[in-house]
Amino acid sequence: MSDSSHAEAAAEAPPPVRRRHHGVVRLTHWLNAVFLTGMIASGLQILVAFQHFGSKNAVLGVFNPFDRDRIGQIPEVVRLGGWLAAGLRWHFTLAWPFVLTGLLYAVFLAASGEWRKLVFRPRDLPGALEMVKYYLRIRKDHPPQGKHNPLQKGAYSFAIALGVLSVLTGFAIAKPVQLAPLTALFGGYELARYWHFVSVWCFTLFTLGHVVMVFVADPASLRAIITGRYRGRFPDAP
Amino acid sequence: MPRDDAGASRREFLRRIAPVLPAALAACGWDGGPRLQPVFDRVIAANNALGERLQALRQAEAPPHQVLKGEMPSYFISPTMPVLEDPAAWRLEVGGLVRRPTAFTAEVLAALPHIDYRVTHHCVEGWTAVAPWRGVPFATIAGLVDPLPTARYVRFDSFDNGYYNGWDLASAMHPQTILADGQDGQPLSARHGGPLRLYSPIKLGYKLTKYLTRVTFTDRKPGGYWEDRGYPWFAGL
Repeated sequence: MSDSSHAEAAAEAPPPVRRRHHGVVRLTHWLNAVFLTGMIASGLQILVAFQHFGSKNAVLGVFNPFDRDRIGQIPEVVRLGGWLAAGLRWHFTLAWPFVLTGLLYAVFLAASGEWRKLVFRPRDLPGALEMVKYYLRIRKDHPPQGKHNPLQKGAYSFAIALGVLSVLTGFAIAKPVQLAPLTALFGGYELARYWHFVSVWCFTLFTLGHVVMVFVADPASLRAIITGRYRGRFPDAP
Repeated sequence: MPRDDAGASRREFLRRIAPVLPAALAACGWDGGPRLQPVFDRVIAANNALGERLQALRQAEAPPHQVLKGEMPSYFISPTMPVLEDPAAWRLEVGGLVRRPTAFTAEVLAALPHIDYRVTHHCVEGWTAVAPWRGVPFATIAGLVDPLPTARYVRFDSFDNGYYNGWDLASAMHPQTILADGQDGQPLSARHGGPLRLYSPIKLGYKLTKYLTRVTFTDRKPGGYWEDRGYPWFAGL
């Protein structure tokens, strides 16, 4: 190999492989993908038993694009269990590993200090707007960033908040008498059930955006979340 | 070669998960199968135990009057509404592990102290309804028949095509668990389980046996019509 081609190769050399995601992050990410999918699919099975919110003849006047009267019954292909009782058994079994996975992840974030690179704070707002401008092609160059850009921090923090919302509303509708103060916090049983399903719609939207952005913006991140190794263009620093 | 590395591992990954995808789709009507059913049983038994612990904490409160909720739908498993042929001959037989088995007539029950409350009804399907209920606390009946210390569960039987439910004794003794003979200020109608039904705001609707005929104290856990078909046994709210 000649000197000049060496120099060329160096100029175009991809960034070195670095360790990007701790084993706990990779484990909880994929466990969560499985458990959350199961929770949503069994939850949709439970929902079809009464695909409205409120009472049988006094349906709540809330924004609900997936009401039975609008879209018909939610298709069987996205439901888990086949009928209400089996859906409930899946849901109340998977709920515990889903919660434990979330707690393990939260403990890791807190203990490792990794949360600093991930949690969206008010000071991230201008940077997030710059990222929006970049994606809308109003801005040409990619704003400099750390491990995650401010818009990503917003998205990931939103997903974590959704996890908390789905679990709390889940307890609120499972035990509306014994946990009455929690249920009241969400506006009562019927609204808590509504927010429980709003969290499902948001989880689904987040996941679609998340997967699209992995392939569009940073395909190397897929390897990083599987093996931990990363050869992408973004730095690891906060 | 390194440049292609991410792409290669991505293709590898997709190749590996591809065979699983149709299986995952076919799994949608899947109830877990013989492998997972015992796991469900164990986790749900733990959920039940947790529910029993929580039970003692609270009583249900009346929902605010301005809350708009639908009226109680009528529900029974018989092909037509169960109606007594001879209402005068009806008795509530209370027995099992008790010192004084008793057959209560409607008149005797009507003469016992009643309580009234207006609470939210929760169906396992996810809808709610509100009604004012009136009835004799289960604990009053238990006091009259004097259960033995070995009684741990209560079985409620009906004349609705064999519909029945099993309860833990603590839930049955909850101060809001009643044998209801009145609803909406009227004697309990046949549409809603008359002449007498079980009611409690701390359980899902399918636990609230209608068309009552018999109450049995027992030391062996009874099942239930829907519970035997896979619905949660404890079903505490």
